[in-house]
Amino acid sequence: MGFKFVFLWTDLALWVLFAALAGYGWSVSRQPPLQATWAQAMRSGATLGAAAVLALFVLGSALDSVHFRRALPAMASQTAGVTFYDPHTTSLLDVLLERPLAMREASYSAPLATHALIKQAVERNGVTVREVPRLEFGGAHLTDPQLQWGRDIAERIGLGLAGGALVALLASIVLSFFVGGGALSPLSRWRALLTGRTQQPWRVPLLIFAALALLAGPVVALMGHYHVLGTDRTGNDVLVQALKSVRTAFVIGTLSTLATVPLALVLGVLAGYFKGWVDEAVQYLYTVLTSVPNVLLIAACVLMVQVFIDTHSDLFDTGLERADLKMFLLCVILGLTGWATLCRLVRAETLKLRELEFMQAAEAFGVPHVRTMARHVVPNVMHLVLITTVLNFSDLILYEAVLTYVGVGVDPGLNSFGGMINLARSEMSGDPLVWWSFVAAFGFMLALVLAANLFADGVRDAFDPRARAFRPQRIARKVA
Amino acid sequence: MTTYLLRRLWYALAILIGVNLLTFILFFTVNTPDDMARLNIGGKRVTQEQIDKWKAERGYDRPLYWNGAEQGVDKLTHTVLWERSVSLMALQFGRSDSARSVDIGHEVGTRMWVSLQLALPLFVLQLIISIAFSLLLVFFRHSRIDFWGVVLCVVMLSISSLFYIIVGQFLFSRVLRLVPISGYAHGLDAARFLLLPVLLSLLSRLGSEARLYRAMFLEEIGRDYVRTARAKGLSELRVLGRHVLRNALIPIITSAGSYLPYVFLGSLVFESFFGIPGLGAFVIEAISGQDFAIVRTMVFLSAVLYIASNLVIDLLYSVIDPRVRLAS
Repeated sequence: MGFKFVFLWTDLALWVLFAALAGYGWSVSRQPPLQATWAQAMRSGATLGAAAVLALFVLGSALDSVHFRRALPAMASQTAGVTFYDPHTTSLLDVLLERPLAMREASYSAPLATHALIKQAVERNGVTVREVPRLEFGGAHLTDPQLQWGRDIAERIGLGLAGGALVALLASIVLSFFVGGGALSPLSRWRALLTGRTQQPWRVPLLIFAALALLAGPVVALMGHYHVLGTDRTGNDVLVQALKSVRTAFVIGTLSTLATVPLALVLGVLAGYFKGWVDEAVQYLYTVLTSVPNVLLIAACVLMVQVFIDTHSDLFDTGLERADLKMFLLCVILGLTGWATLCRLVRAETLKLRELEFMQAAEAFGVPHVRTMARHVVPNVMHLVLITTVLNFSDLILYEAVLTYVGVGVDPGLNSFGGMINLARSEMSGDPLVWWSFVAAFGFMLALVLAANLFADGVRDAFDPRARAFRPQRIARKVA
Repeated sequence: MTTYLLRRLWYALAILIGVNLLTFILFFTVNTPDDMARLNIGGKRVTQEQIDKWKAERGYDRPLYWNGAEQGVDKLTHTVLWERSVSLMALQFGRSDSARSVDIGHEVGTRMWVSLQLALPLFVLQLIISIAFSLLLVFFRHSRIDFWGVVLCVVMLSISSLFYIIVGQFLFSRVLRLVPISGYAHGLDAARFLLLPVLLSLLSRLGSEARLYRAMFLEEIGRDYVRTARAKGLSELRVLGRHVLRNALIPIITSAGSYLPYVFLGSLVFESFFGIPGLGAFVIEAISGQDFAIVRTMVFLSAVLYIASNLVIDLLYSVIDPRVRLAS
């Protein structure tokens, strides 16, 4: 069966971003001072653990960022050599989640349920009775749910736990090959890792990974036969939705922060370097931008994009492409409206830098302005860019939920945490109470944002020693 | 002082003109009034006559920037840009674009007080509680209380405000039945409806603010004057309350002040979640109803408020800290 890759805007941007990250990693490995700073950031267990969790999220969204359309089976009337492709776009993650995606029920069902939540009129032996129908897929393999349900669930959970433990053990052994506190024999390396006698506290991410593996094991074991987190109103699996929402959150978080960087960096450096009227103009620009509350500015821009897309609907092949372009433009808008903070920081730092000796030396040697800025100023403000972008990341994920609620966020056709919360709002006040969508969105979002925040704090600590005050003091002393 | 004020006011005017231009470009150039008309009338087939009628009713039937048909100054003044800008500057907001066509000025006038009722207690309580909490953490620094307090802050700021609202409404209104789930009443009765939003809004912002203020306090605590105060034999409570607090107040007020425009605009999400008919809910309604006239007005108004509150903060500095001189 053939397939055709689909390159969505955000896919391309994400892969460019991954490539840039790899490039950054390579350049860090060649610069000992930078390497030392990163090593220092990773010396705290919280940061390393958060990085591990983030890496899992990155992996998930990377898998969800390879899109393709399957070729449809050739039909008799079709001319030879022409293949038609499925109008539905699939990603690698969809392939992994094929079975849960296909398990679509009629409506709400509770987590791990075998029956639907809401009574329906069913005709039985000519008499219409109202009863809760069996689910089409959830627990469909059970012949007598009442008797078998508990046992089946317990068995699957046990199996999953065992699998998870095995994976965790394997991970610890593999990890001990790479880090082992300088010990020689494999066993002593492994022991050093588990007792926390390694240079970096690798034990923390390992423990987190083990906990996640123990959690994920049963989930995987149950997933093909039950809805682990129930289904929503249209019968879609909530867990799958939450997993797919990760990519949306990730795209918004990374692309919008990155979109702020070029403008902020260029304008900030120019303003700080040339001073005078350039400085005045840049300051005027960002004061105008910050004078308008962000939500309103974004809403205004998004409304405009909306009108554009509505009037040019013929430009897009599939609904996903349209929704994706909307999300991409949302990121651009967030970038264009959010560069003021970073710009202000960069400008202040450049003002400070340009009075230093090495800048005067560059001037005395007659180095051209552009070269001075590129070679001497920009590398020296990059730490600000790094700190601000990682700090922004978590804010934007939270922001996405609010924007989607206001109605200017992600397209309802895409899975997103904002969309899930939006639906959960009415579900939480309805009867019967549907809490699982809400809990799923809450859990995933908290994990993502908390990890991002902890990671950002670690990075800020390492790159900006003044910021240590944000940390709890016990840890600060241990680091020092 | 007077020259300082004049300079600030002149700059404020320049910023306002910039904001006005920005919104105008966003609303009228990216999409022409024809597009807006089509969107507002709705339906697939919209005739040019309908569009022209819609535009004429709302005064969008002139050229946008330059009216070549007129003579002299009128080339500039008989345009949409000029008319809209001048009326905004004069605080004449006109009517909204949608079919209901409400009087925006009147709506803003009545809704403003509702928003204030929610936002003013919130703003004051927010400052007091965040400062008190962060002072507590600072008082117990290097201890377990501080450690877990900061951990709590980080967890709290990682939770979206929407979650606080949904859980709060569920808990207090549905399970405990203490307060109505949403709605609003005028007069003293309003307190019943405002209690929950104020409480939840406080909670949702406590984490980030307390952590920020704590860092500010800790920065002050390392200074020489604190050591001097301790050397004089002042108690820790007195050092914190009298010396550190007063000096840390400047950065705190700056950061709280950046939130001031929202005090007037109302917390957008909170108002709409709790059905409080304030300015925030007004904006959200306008956004979902795609009523550009209202959004444009609110953008302008909030810019005015932002600039005004910044000015007030700068003036406040000189009151709080006599070292600050308001010279140019």
